[in-house]
Amino acid sequence: MATSESTNIKKIQVRRFKPDENPTSNYLTEERGLWAWMTTVDHKKIGWMYLGSIAIFFAVGGILALLLRTELLTPAQTFFTADAYNQLFTLHGAIMVFFFLVPSVPAALGNFILPLQLGCKDVAFPRVNLLSFYIYVVGALFTLFAIFTGGVDTGWTFYTPYSSSAAGGNVMAMTFGVFILGFSSILTGLNFIVTIHRMRAPGLTWNKLPLFLWALYATSIIQILATPVLAITLLLLTMERLLSIGIFDPALGGDPVLYQHFFWFYSHPAVYIMIVPGFGIISEIISTFSRKHIFGYWAIALSSLAIAFIGFLVWGHHMFVAGQSSLANLVFSFLTFLVGIPTGIKIFNWIATMYKGSIDLKTPMLYVMVFLFLFTIGGFTGIMLGALAVDIHLHDTYYVVAHFHYVMVGGMVMAFLGGLHYWWPKMTGKMYNEMWGRISCAIVFIGFNLTFLPQFVMGSLGMPRRYFNYLEQFQGYHVMSTYGSYILGLGFLMVLIYLTHSIFKGKKAPANPWQSRAMEWQAPSPPPLHNFEHTPVIIHGPYDYHKPMSEFQLGIAGSHNGHGHHEHETETKTVEADK
Amino acid sequence: MNRLSDFMLPDARSTFAGDVDALFNFINVVSLILLIGITIAIIYFAYKYRRKSEDETTPLITHNSKLEITWSVIPLILVIIVFGWGYNGYLNLTTAPDDAYEIRVVGKSWLWEFHYDTGFVSVNELHVPANQPVKLILSSDDVIHSLFIPEFRVKMDALPNRYTSLWFEATEPGEMTIYCTEYCGSAHSNMLADLYVHSQEDFQTWLETADAVDETLSPAELGQQLVQRQGCLACHSLDGSTLQGPSFEGIFGRDRELQDGSVVTIDENYLRQSIIEPNTQVAAGFPAIMPSYAGSLDDRQIDAIIEYLKTLD
Repeated sequence: MATSESTNIKKIQVRRFKPDENPTSNYLTEERGLWAWMTTVDHKKIGWMYLGSIAIFFAVGGILALLLRTELLTPAQTFFTADAYNQLFTLHGAIMVFFFLVPSVPAALGNFILPLQLGCKDVAFPRVNLLSFYIYVVGALFTLFAIFTGGVDTGWTFYTPYSSSAAGGNVMAMTFGVFILGFSSILTGLNFIVTIHRMRAPGLTWNKLPLFLWALYATSIIQILATPVLAITLLLLTMERLLSIGIFDPALGGDPVLYQHFFWFYSHPAVYIMIVPGFGIISEIISTFSRKHIFGYWAIALSSLAIAFIGFLVWGHHMFVAGQSSLANLVFSFLTFLVGIPTGIKIFNWIATMYKGSIDLKTPMLYVMVFLFLFTIGGFTGIMLGALAVDIHLHDTYYVVAHFHYVMVGGMVMAFLGGLHYWWPKMTGKMYNEMWGRISCAIVFIGFNLTFLPQFVMGSLGMPRRYFNYLEQFQGYHVMSTYGSYILGLGFLMVLIYLTHSIFKGKKAPANPWQSRAMEWQAPSPPPLHNFEHTPVIIHGPYDYHKPMSEFQLGIAGSHNGHGHHEHETETKTVEADK
Repeated sequence: MNRLSDFMLPDARSTFAGDVDALFNFINVVSLILLIGITIAIIYFAYKYRRKSEDETTPLITHNSKLEITWSVIPLILVIIVFGWGYNGYLNLTTAPDDAYEIRVVGKSWLWEFHYDTGFVSVNELHVPANQPVKLILSSDDVIHSLFIPEFRVKMDALPNRYTSLWFEATEPGEMTIYCTEYCGSAHSNMLADLYVHSQEDFQTWLETADAVDETLSPAELGQQLVQRQGCLACHSLDGSTLQGPSFEGIFGRDRELQDGSVVTIDENYLRQSIIEPNTQVAAGFPAIMPSYAGSLDDRQIDAIIEYLKTLD
């Protein structure tokens, strides 16, 4: 793709450029008011609206999790009935997966950062971007409707025939909500791919593309290719329930295992939709806070694409005991192990980046270290679950629950928090309190491990998942896990408090508080409405930390390009830029 | 290494549990070594290369092909070992010997039925001989269930539209718990069964006397036994509390509103009908989910249960 675009090389004059430290206006001071926000096509404001929404869903899903854990303090019924418990875990899973994890990094942070890193004014289709936000809102409303009209107790996987029978609650509204949500995901993916292809600033060649964008690019491909399968599956489920057409329900002549194939064909790639953008954040942060060129740029960039590709071919590992053939199990087990390789390559490259760096353990970097530790555990336990003989024993136990949370919370949420802290000064123009940041990070780390490490043990001992009651022999582990979840909840609450506080009382952030070489930091904090006052020209790569900051500057296109400018140093340099 | 498995795994009581545990331990140990290495590297680098001044520059190290190939190939070799080992174990786990003793298992929301070659059916308790391969042939009457015996390291889904199977050979007599591990609704977590492993002689004795009727029991006493054995109490309480079905407390002679709004008096005929065709006259406020006991209980047993319910005032 890159080769076809770089055919029309032209020479342009550029000048060195420093970001304005005290801009008179920024995107927050322009287009103010509720209506302006609701109708905005500014990617930064849309990113904020996503961020607000996912924060609400994360809080709701988190509170549900705390309720679940509280019920599990004792083996028998404590606070909830079995049906209420089943609805709670279904909602916890569905909300966290579909309304938090999937949109969290791409739609919230990605929306904000992607055009800034590309050096463009906005995404390729700003109105479609706003549309995808409202599609997300409508999907969320359907889900709320489902909750208030009877709830759903099928688990977030909606397995048939349970979900197509009458017992499951208001499955229709819930699946319809998720169905609508899928379109939001598809449109965001489409928007990002087109933007990355068409709107890179002059000089931003594919080998200078920040790794966060490579990760978003890989994610977008999965979003576009996998999400329609979920939509089709949920549509078939709807047809079965409304029109009694036998597709998945054996009573009507369907096959319930077919549903599992369809569902996991989306939902396995979907876990990569959730985690791959997190990988991108890690690459950005680790390079910035090690102040060192990323190690193995192409290895990291291409391993994202490799994960996206192989991730499509491993869905069957969710069905090792569902009665699929031994041959299918053989193939899926093998492919599952192959996904582990590019993931391992990433981890080693990140650690190698730290070698001979200049490492500053600020909050984002602490989250990266927490990520590396927790995600490695998540990865290794994934290898355990991929081993066929062992998976037979561990399947559908708490071991799987713990593995999934190590990957999704220990991996994805830690990367998200790291990214949120990293870009917070850019997004708000304010610095958060560094001390509280570090303390919260430590509390989250302790709480998380206390919650989920015992779940590995009880799962190996045979504690099945989705159990409302359990045998007394597991109580010690459950109690530990519940107390851990309270600590984890406290950690998240502290993050919410000091970040909110910083918006109002935080110190003013400079344009580039981390001395980063990435392009978003070459814009003022917070950026102006159109990100850059002039078309930036990329002279250095985003990881060129081997040069001192004073030599590292962005170029702006010369006046003959129609971007006349006079305030900055007049040193000029000619660069070759594609387009 | 064995300490680790003692702590994390249930007792190994089938012939292939040892193989599974060995792989479990191998992955754990290798993972632990790598995790410790990675963690030490992170902490060491973070300390050794901590920022000493604000204007530090760092060397340009973009990549190192030898290193990258090394850390791609070594994990690849490791996962291929794990893959082969795991698949080999899986083949043993799924290939039952020809002489295995077969037991039919039916999962229903929310009980397990075990059908033996003598025609005897036990509910929520499975009896098997030790030191002899046993093959369970599973299916479900409604939604998907999954049968899990942790001590044997076996698990298999029970599906409504096809048969699946698993096999094991228990190494010693004992008692264990069977779990349902595929979420199946309200009483999923109560869908447990007891597993009794007998010596071969004891198993034969049990099988021959299992359906022998204890003539000394009165009908009500037999009914009480049956209500416990047949899994009725998973959904029907004896103390008036509401589970998935109406409580048995004071049930006989009471008026009951049905889903269609009509009211019936609970008599012998209603109870018999509710056992054989449970979903024809469903009590208002409860889902129509009870499995049928037609074929599992004979007339004498149904009579006994009715006699027992009459005593629950």
